Amino acid sequence: MTTYFHSVTLDAEKCKGCTNCIKRCPTEAIRVRGGKAAIIEERCVDCGECIRICPNHAKIAVTDTLERIHAFKKRIALPAPALFGQFDEDVPPDAIIQALRDIGFDEVYEVAAGAEAVTVGSREFMKQNRLRKPWISSACPAAVRLMQVRFPSLLEYIMPVESPMEISARLARKAFSRAGLKVGEGDVGTFFISPCPAKVTAVKQPVGEDVSAVDGTIAISLIYPEILKRVSKMKGVSGLRRASRVGYSWGRSGGEALAIAPGKMLAVDGIHSCITVLEEIERGRLADVEYIELQACVGGCIGGCLTVLNPFVARVRLRSLVERLGGEPMAVDENWAAGAAAEGFFSLRSEIRPRSVMALDSDVTKAISKMQALEETLKGLPGLDCGSCGSPSCRALAEDIVRGTAAETDCTFKLRERVQVLAEQVVDLARRLPPPMAAGQHTPGATQGAAQADAGGAGGGSDPGNAGGNAGDPGKVKGAK
Amino acid sequence: MDFQSAGTGASRIKRTLQEIGLDHSIVRCCAVCAYEAEMNIVIHAWRGILRARISPEAVEIVAEDEGPGIRDIVLAMQEGYSTAPPHIREMGFGAGMGLPNMKRCSDEMSVESEPGIGTTVRMTIKTGRPHPSK
Repeated sequence: MTTYFHSVTLDAEKCKGCTNCIKRCPTEAIRVRGGKAAIIEERCVDCGECIRICPNHAKIAVTDTLERIHAFKKRIALPAPALFGQFDEDVPPDAIIQALRDIGFDEVYEVAAGAEAVTVGSREFMKQNRLRKPWISSACPAAVRLMQVRFPSLLEYIMPVESPMEISARLARKAFSRAGLKVGEGDVGTFFISPCPAKVTAVKQPVGEDVSAVDGTIAISLIYPEILKRVSKMKGVSGLRRASRVGYSWGRSGGEALAIAPGKMLAVDGIHSCITVLEEIERGRLADVEYIELQACVGGCIGGCLTVLNPFVARVRLRSLVERLGGEPMAVDENWAAGAAAEGFFSLRSEIRPRSVMALDSDVTKAISKMQALEETLKGLPGLDCGSCGSPSCRALAEDIVRGTAAETDCTFKLRERVQVLAEQVVDLARRLPPPMAAGQHTPGATQGAAQADAGGAGGGSDPGNAGGNAGDPGKVKGAK
Repeated sequence: MDFQSAGTGASRIKRTLQEIGLDHSIVRCCAVCAYEAEMNIVIHAWRGILRARISPEAVEIVAEDEGPGIRDIVLAMQEGYSTAPPHIREMGFGAGMGLPNMKRCSDEMSVESEPGIGTTVRMTIKTGRPHPSK
């Protein structure tokens, strides 16, 4: 079985074993076991919902450290459009780019510029492929992974066009070699400045690609203070910015869809909203839409859990930046991009395959009988979805029981029921007196039955089914009498 | 009309089939059939039940309702024919594609209806091979 790399991991020391994360996870990928949250690797899509919800900050995203960039002789920074929404008007893109250079990058290539190339590439793709509708964006890696796990039948709707991050890395490498800097290919390191953990995973374990053109990922939250330190003294930096309003708009929900297919698009943000829209598509309900942008984070990339600013504030800032940039043309040479699209420059290099992790059994017949067992088990559970068992819902517990990874008594209510039955049986037994101590009838042979008749009458009613062997006694007593 | 919970039955059926591990193209066909049938009940009928019987060979989806029934089944099976009232159409439903979609996504389909009493739609989706139409 494939092993999965995940950026999202657990800081076991901080985890208190509360159940906040299990209930928020869109793929039911977390269980609490032994007092700690445990992530089911095959199911995790790195959306970062658990990072957001964890009150103890025990869920973390593993990214690269700033030191890691020095492993390369020449370093290229690929800042996400969302980075530019983290600062106010006083800090223009040029200043941020200069700050990145000051931090130690030789070259800065805005992913916003790559996004403009992808905009053209996507438009070209849609011109050539009008039949299937709607096309779903591949840009958000968490959304793509969500579909692999929960909506495998919709994978064929994903537009097989690379993400702006990948395209930017390739274009940046080209620009770098054109600049005549004499270093070997392996000496150039490209680092994505990321708003989210899903991009970290997309670099380490790409989908639709064998190897990513990106070498490392640095969290916006990590580099933010470094930038802030440097921009405060900066004045009059200019001429560094490549991208235009179109590329920067990709950083917030709607910007991408608006750039690619204005008028016939649908933009969805927040992973739980993505699920409801994907369900609609699955039912064939959205055939009149041409392009669907799915963003796992509320607000789009500016809402990523590795950003610093409140997403709503960031949204306003990014929008005002876009307004300030005005109607200037895109940075990308559209003729070049259209030609490159025809040559497959933007195309995904491998198929996006489903992750079949939902099936109860690889054998359909066995899976059906397990499903029957699941439904039966579920009927006996309280239906409160309290999470005390460590599974996200009663149904998930029933599923875990059928899969053999949990027991019915993991449910506190079931446990309490069982304890009650046992307690009643204990009381029952305690009331029974041995013949030498029992008062009343002394007729040999009838002694036992007579002494126990009362106890049998009192305790018999509470549990008709469950008590099995022990509860059989009272009945026998009555018969003997 | 219960639009609040419309679709939940179809969602449950879809999830169940997915967990049974049927091919995802089959699951999708069943999801479409179940959803269209459920919506027909919600839009037209007074009450109804949606059932799925699952075996390794086929999924049978039965939608049984008490309602006005269908007067002319042949006409109702035509694409674009709809008796849905305007307010339903405004919600984006009632395009007259429900029954044709069910037909397209299933291997066998039967519709029995008695005007003023109700309608029963039975659909069979074979699991053997990936379904060609989606």
